[in-house]
Amino acid sequence: MRKLILILLLLPVAQVFASSGLHLEPAQTNIRSKESLRNGAKYYMNYCSACHSLKYQRYSRMAKDLELSEDEVMENLIYTDAKFTDHMTVTMTDESSKKWFGKAPPDLTLIAKAKGNDWLYAYLKGFYKDPSRPSGWNNTIFKDASMPHVMWQLQGIQEAHFEEHEDENGFITHPFKEFSKVTEGSMSDEEFDNTVRDIVNFLDYTAEPAKLIRLAYAPWVMLFLVIFTFLAYMLKKNYFKDVH
Amino acid sequence: MAWMDARLPVTKMWKDHMAEYYAPKNFNFWYFFGSLAMLVLVNQLLTGIWLTMHYKPDAEQAFGVIEYIKRDVPWGWLIRYLHTTGASAFFIVVYLHMFRGLMYGSYKKPRELIWVFGMIIYVALMAEAFMGYVLPWGNMSYWGAKVITQLFGVIPYVGDTLLEWIRGDYLISDATLNRFFALHVVAVPIVLLVLVFLHIAALHTVGSNNPDGIEIKKYKDENGVPLDGIPFHPYYSVKDIFGVGMFMLIFLFIVFVKPDLGGLFLEHDNFTPANPMVTPEHIKPVWYFTPFYAMLKAVPDPLGGMIIMFSAIIMLFFLPWLDRSEVKSIRYRLLPFKIALSAFVLSFLILGWLGMQSGSTIQGYMTIACTFIYFSYFVFIYFYSKNEKHKPIPERVTH
Amino acid sequence: MTDKVNESRRNLLISTSIVGVVGAAFAAVPFIKSWMPSERAKSAGGPVGADISKLDMGQKLDVSWRGQPIFIVKREEKQLATLPGIKDRLKDPDSENSIQPEFAKNLHRSQKEELLVMVGICTHLGCSPKFYPEIVPQVFDSQWRGGFYCPCHNSKFDISGRVYSGSPAGTNLVIPPYVFVDENNLIIGIDKLEGEA
Repeated sequence: MRKLILILLLLPVAQVFASSGLHLEPAQTNIRSKESLRNGAKYYMNYCSACHSLKYQRYSRMAKDLELSEDEVMENLIYTDAKFTDHMTVTMTDESSKKWFGKAPPDLTLIAKAKGNDWLYAYLKGFYKDPSRPSGWNNTIFKDASMPHVMWQLQGIQEAHFEEHEDENGFITHPFKEFSKVTEGSMSDEEFDNTVRDIVNFLDYTAEPAKLIRLAYAPWVMLFLVIFTFLAYMLKKNYFKDVH
Repeated sequence: MAWMDARLPVTKMWKDHMAEYYAPKNFNFWYFFGSLAMLVLVNQLLTGIWLTMHYKPDAEQAFGVIEYIKRDVPWGWLIRYLHTTGASAFFIVVYLHMFRGLMYGSYKKPRELIWVFGMIIYVALMAEAFMGYVLPWGNMSYWGAKVITQLFGVIPYVGDTLLEWIRGDYLISDATLNRFFALHVVAVPIVLLVLVFLHIAALHTVGSNNPDGIEIKKYKDENGVPLDGIPFHPYYSVKDIFGVGMFMLIFLFIVFVKPDLGGLFLEHDNFTPANPMVTPEHIKPVWYFTPFYAMLKAVPDPLGGMIIMFSAIIMLFFLPWLDRSEVKSIRYRLLPFKIALSAFVLSFLILGWLGMQSGSTIQGYMTIACTFIYFSYFVFIYFYSKNEKHKPIPERVTH
Repeated sequence: MTDKVNESRRNLLISTSIVGVVGAAFAAVPFIKSWMPSERAKSAGGPVGADISKLDMGQKLDVSWRGQPIFIVKREEKQLATLPGIKDRLKDPDSENSIQPEFAKNLHRSQKEELLVMVGICTHLGCSPKFYPEIVPQVFDSQWRGGFYCPCHNSKFDISGRVYSGSPAGTNLVIPPYVFVDENNLIIGIDKLEGEA
């Protein structure tokens, strides 16, 4: 019976290891770092917000959580005629964006929940030059993405190299091997990685602003429950002294 | 109090069900899950009522309103996470509660009816969870609802009409969402409450089983109190409060630290709004349904798959009559039973894991093997229990 | 021995109960607080602007703020002249017990003397009073000096929204916070502009 319980406990753990098919580099974001979030917000507003909305996120909530003043947000981060308490929508209509990109750029409020931080991190770093695509860009994580590489001036232009792989059934696949830089960007690789990490961190925040609240409360809730459970245990033990 | 008792026998009820309700003194860890199931039920009702105060059962608004609750409603995120985590917790608690019944033979005479009521609760709970899962109107909600309702479409002759009747449209739509909402928040909860009442009423009529699987009512003192019984209150009320503390430690840890539990409690694909044009890459139900979902997938014929899936649940109803042994507890049954029960539980767990996978060829074989083991348990128990040998059963409970 | 057991048991019972009750109280907070206005309600209930450039003398403009009508009235000289004379007939002539920003706690109950900005909701039971600006005898008052009359329960208010004695309403009509952006534009809902500390 003990063994059965042990297996019962270990099964979910085994499942987690088994199910992660695609191996991605960990994004290593830290949602507690206000500095990283603010930097992410800045780059998001500069490079992403023209096409991608954050339609469930209010500017005012962002200001409060990222410790920005109303003036800072109104002057430096809002490029539309939005009010401070408005949601972070885009001015571009779905119609015109469909014409430019083939499909409307998706809303990104919840993208970190839907795709995961590691995926986003790899995606934003995975753009390479591909003249066969209409936008001139392709992506190693999301093949034939219609989004162009908006941060190429920061990262520089890279080319992707693939290797040929033949499995036992004679199927030939071309897994990605490595990148090579064609042109240097304005940032070093490390700076660019950190910038992307901050953007991902910011999107992780917009996917769930309450994460900041619940993580702050968590230790206190746990501490309280430990005290309560300990007292309840002592009480139970005391009563069961009667039972022989 | 006398005034009250003359009109409603409050004192008598208190005595009958708490202060002078004698429960076996040897309850162990496994006996926490009944009261914990009650706790989770209360949690679901309370947080559910609060969620309906903000939710809108409208295909245009439902997805956005969840985000509204999580962001704009004060403390809405906590109420929502208590409800979503509560749903998974409900199944964990209920599965452990059922496993306890299997181990100690709690389903056996004279407790058959308790088991049957419990099984109906389990089925009602699955309906409740399924419809609740549709309400956030994420893409997995949508496609999950589509696939599960599609099951009814495979029934010969009436299938297509039945399908349209359930959906209220030619596809899963606003009409479906609206009726699932009504069923989820009003109809099924009422049924559940009635069933829980019956489950407990039946239990208090015959009294609790215990890890030794023997009746404590056989030996009573001069006042008619079972020698091996202790009053539920204060002994088990105090013990259950300790159980509540332990449970809350784990439960609230998940709520506050990892409410989606890596996609297990809240799935990644459900953070995309429902889209009838785009199927998620990998459709799967939430973890508590995956064992049955795996069985469904194992059979190539849809109707056959559905029959297998439903019989897996229906078989459990008959357990009190399939197990003909006079021994209740696993403590006094021999190795073959222990192996069979372990294999049964393991096959169920592995099926649960398989139900989440995309399904390679090997996994397909594993599913068939596990489904076979699952059903063989019932066959085994029927024949094995007829002339089952066992260890000597004590007259009085041990510790 | 038994006493000792009982004593420690009592202590444990009390301490567990106290911790449990504290926990229950904390658990109740989210449920109670979730009934407060949400961020959406707060955003929708935010300040609203009003353009008074087209408002003529003696006219009234209605603006909606937090779902309630805001009356903006450009009062004439003769209407303002009635204000000091009817003090004896009023319940709260100096607005001691009424709700208004500090700047409006005066005779004309406004920032600019002639411009009245007022919540058009009767302080009795929430009907919206009607505007009777003329200084002529009315059915409900033969000595009417111009003002607001609530048809629901006959509450009467003067042209500054001060309540007459004998009305069921207890206090003067509410003055909301407001601020002038320029000569012809004001914002209702805040009493100072952003950036001003």
